[in-house]
Order: sequence, then C-alpha cells, then structure tokens
Amino acid sequence: MGYDLRPFFLTFKLAFITAGILFIAGIPLAYWLAFTKNRMRYFVETLVSMPLVLPSTVIGFYLLVIFSPRYYVGNLLETVFNARVVFTFTGLVIGSVIYSLPFMVNPIKSALQNFPVSLIEASYTLGKSKAATLLHIILPNIKPALFTGIAMTFAHTVGEFGVVLMIGGSIPGETRVASIAVYGETEALNFSAANFYSIILIVVSFSMLMLLSLANRKKQGFNG
Amino acid sequence: MIKARIKKQLFTAQGKTNLEVDIEIKKGEFATIFGKSGTGKTTILRMLAGLVDPEEGFIQVDDEVWFDSRSKINLPPQKRQIGFVFENYALFPNMTVRQNLEFALPHNKKKTDFADELLYMAGLEEFADRRPTELSGGQKQRVALIRAIARQSKVFLFDEPLSALDAETRLRIQDEILQIYRRFGTTTILVSHDLPEVFKLSRFVFVLEEGRIIRCGKPADVFIEGKLNGDFTFTAEIVDIQKPRNMAIVRIENRLVQITPTAEDMGRLNIGDKIIVTAKQLSYSFKKKEDEQ
Repeated sequence: MGYDLRPFFLTFKLAFITAGILFIAGIPLAYWLAFTKNRMRYFVETLVSMPLVLPSTVIGFYLLVIFSPRYYVGNLLETVFNARVVFTFTGLVIGSVIYSLPFMVNPIKSALQNFPVSLIEASYTLGKSKAATLLHIILPNIKPALFTGIAMTFAHTVGEFGVVLMIGGSIPGETRVASIAVYGETEALNFSAANFYSIILIVVSFSMLMLLSLANRKKQGFNG
Repeated sequence: MIKARIKKQLFTAQGKTNLEVDIEIKKGEFATIFGKSGTGKTTILRMLAGLVDPEEGFIQVDDEVWFDSRSKINLPPQKRQIGFVFENYALFPNMTVRQNLEFALPHNKKKTDFADELLYMAGLEEFADRRPTELSGGQKQRVALIRAIARQSKVFLFDEPLSALDAETRLRIQDEILQIYRRFGTTTILVSHDLPEVFKLSRFVFVLEEGRIIRCGKPADVFIEGKLNGDFTFTAEIVDIQKPRNMAIVRIENRLVQITPTAEDMGRLNIGDKIIVTAKQLSYSFKKKEDEQ
C-alpha cells in the first residue's frame, strides 16, 4: 500500500499516554470535586468543563503562547531544563491532557456523587482510612465509570485535531498524528491516502464506543 | 461506660428541632433509644459513631474522650472502635460475604479463623463465597451483624437494623442479637421504634421525643403505666356517627370499632374528634393465635 503508518502509531501512543495520565490525575480531582465543600469547586468544575465548549484552537493557541520560548514559561523550560514543548510530542501530550480532562473527570465525578454514602461510612466505622476506602470500596464499585472515562479519553484523543495542530504542527514522525495526516493529505489532494487514514479512524472509534456500551450494559445500580 | 452530652439542631420533615440529650450507659449494657421517626434517634447514634458532628457537647467512652467541643477533640469514626449496623445493611457489593468480614478484621487478628467462627455462628458458612446481592434481607443483616463483631469494637451501634425485614425474620434475628450480646457482652445501643423489639432486647431504654429524652429506665418501668386493674384505655378517632342508631364508629390503631355512647355524649361528639375511650370491668379470656388456624 505504501502509506505512512507512523501517524497511527503516534495517535495511539498519544491516546495511551493521555488516558494513562488522566486516569491517575483524574481520580483525585474527581474525588475532590465530588466530596469537597470548598466553594472553589464551582470554579474548578467550570474550568475542567471548558474544553467541552471552547474551540480546540483556542486552547491550542494559548498553550502555544504559554510554552513559546519567547515567553516566560517556555523560556524557563528551555533555559533551565533545556526542554521544548511546542512542536514536540510532549506538547501534544500536555495539550491532549487538558483537552480531554472533562471526559475523564466528569464520569468519575458523577459516579462518586451517586455512590451510596452508607458504604463509605461503613468502611470508616470499620476503621479504614479514606485512602483505603477509596481503593478497596469506592473504585471497585465504580468500575463502569472508570472504564467509561478511560475509553472516552482514549477515543477523544484519537479524534483530536485543533489542539494537536496548533501546538504540534505536522512534523512527520514527531507530531503528525492520524487526524492531521487526513488534513494534510487532503490539502495535498492525495485523496486515497486521506481516505485510508479516515476509514481506519472511523473503524477504531466505532469499535471503542461499541465496546464501551457493551461493557457497561449490565452494570447498573447498587443493592448491597 | 458511655457518657454523652450533646446538642445539635435538626432539620426534619416536621421542621426544626433542637436535639439536646444527656445519656449515660453502663459498660456491658444493652440500651435502646426509642422514639418516633424524625425525633433524632439516628442522629444520636451517628454522633456517637463520629459520622455527624454535634454542635456542642462531650462524648466519653470508658476513659477515652471521643468528642469535646470545648477542647476541640473529635476522634474520626476510624478511631472510635465501634461496630455500626446500618438499616440498609451497607454490605460491600464488590466483596463476598467472607471478604466483607475479613475487611473488618483488625490487622493483628489471625484472619480466617475468626471469620470462620463468625460465619458458623450466624449459620452462613455455605454463603461465604456469595456476593451480597445473592442474599436475602435477613441473611444480609446477619452478615452486617457479624461484620460489626469482626471489628472487635468497644460499642455496638445498631441503627434500626431490623426494620426492613419481615416479621418472622425479625423475630429470629432478635434472638440472634440476644445470643451475640450474651456471648460478647459488648455495650450495645439500639435505635428502634418498635415497642415489642425494645421490650425483648434491651435492659435500659431512653424515650426520645422532639429531640429530648422524656423518660428513661428499665423498659417495664418506662412503658407499663400502672397495673392492669380491669380498665382499659384507648385513644381513638371518630370516623362516623350514626345518630338514629345511637352508635359511632371509631378507629383504634388501624381497626374500626363500633361503640354506643350515651345520648349526652352523642351530642358532644363530632366526626374527626380524638377521644379517649375507657372500658371498665373487662373480663379477660385468652386464646393463643395459632389455635385459630
């Protein structure tokens, strides 16, 4: 066939890393949002959901500005750590994590908010700490939400375009993910290549979502 | 010995009430907090457990202060060594019966032995590997009871543990609670609104009304007013008056009864009135309920 397969490799690498980081960071954030009485939560909640409504180019634009070596943060990173974010894979990861944040945090947060309080209280009265309760009682009982979070984050990252293009550009083998490859090939009038990338993306996204709804089919409700 | 002097404002369906109680329970006692729903019984239990904070007060168990609003002591529930049994069982659905027990065991205890013993005691050995969803209500509450024991606590707190169960299961588990109490001798506080249950289980009772304890003592002293002297008094509500036939229908508890008031009384009574009916000179005869069937 002779098509460049690196965009897929990059896309899935990006999706795995993004889902992984968000899984680890999303649980504590969702836990805090679900249980805190701090008024800051409304602010943070809104912030987390912003990527749902903002054009991804807006997020990409500001990330580009923040991490540009011409400004403070980017400059600091470059001079102190000799690290560059813009137009690198690291930049893609940062952009994706921010852009997919609500897809991980929101399902976990609502599962935690609906979690039966008496189970948490029972665990506390049995002498278990908050961390032990989260690990042994809460998380095992909200598996569908965790799975939804991971799958949605993964699928959303696969389908990402604006942020990735803004902060990553389209460097083959470095930041040229599948969605950008579709755009690039179309612009270059290589329709068969664009078609190839597109069909694979459709199949992958469809399978992921189908798998998700099959997996969550029977797991509803608590009747301990 | 449990000493608790606690205050808290309650927001119930009936409106605001101030919960203000001062209770003392001897070590090894089986005490009940009795009252209608919405009077604050469960809140007292939850404050003892550390699940709800009192606004003001003091809780001490044996020599340990669990809560003191003045010196800002407030032990979290984890450190209070209590065995709490919830009305809705609160079994962990992701764990089997045995895992529920083992989760509750303190770390230093040889795990399986004690869990096995408890399962045997509750007659649940064959259900050890089942999940809570595969158990009946009675079995679930048995698991919840032995899980509370597995915690090896100083105090058992039972929050209406039997109210969701059918009458027969209820009676059986009441017997089991008594056996557990006799065997472990752990100080137990039960919250209940079921008078026969309070009578059967507890040795001391606090009667709670609108956030205050209005009476306390042995159940027999608290609940039985005077001796049975041949007169019975009922509180009743008039449902219907049929003047021509000189008769009224009244509701006592959930039964309708026909009474024949004097002509003078008849003139004073109206439908909907709450009245006290005194029946004099009853002669008793008893028949066991089973004989009827």
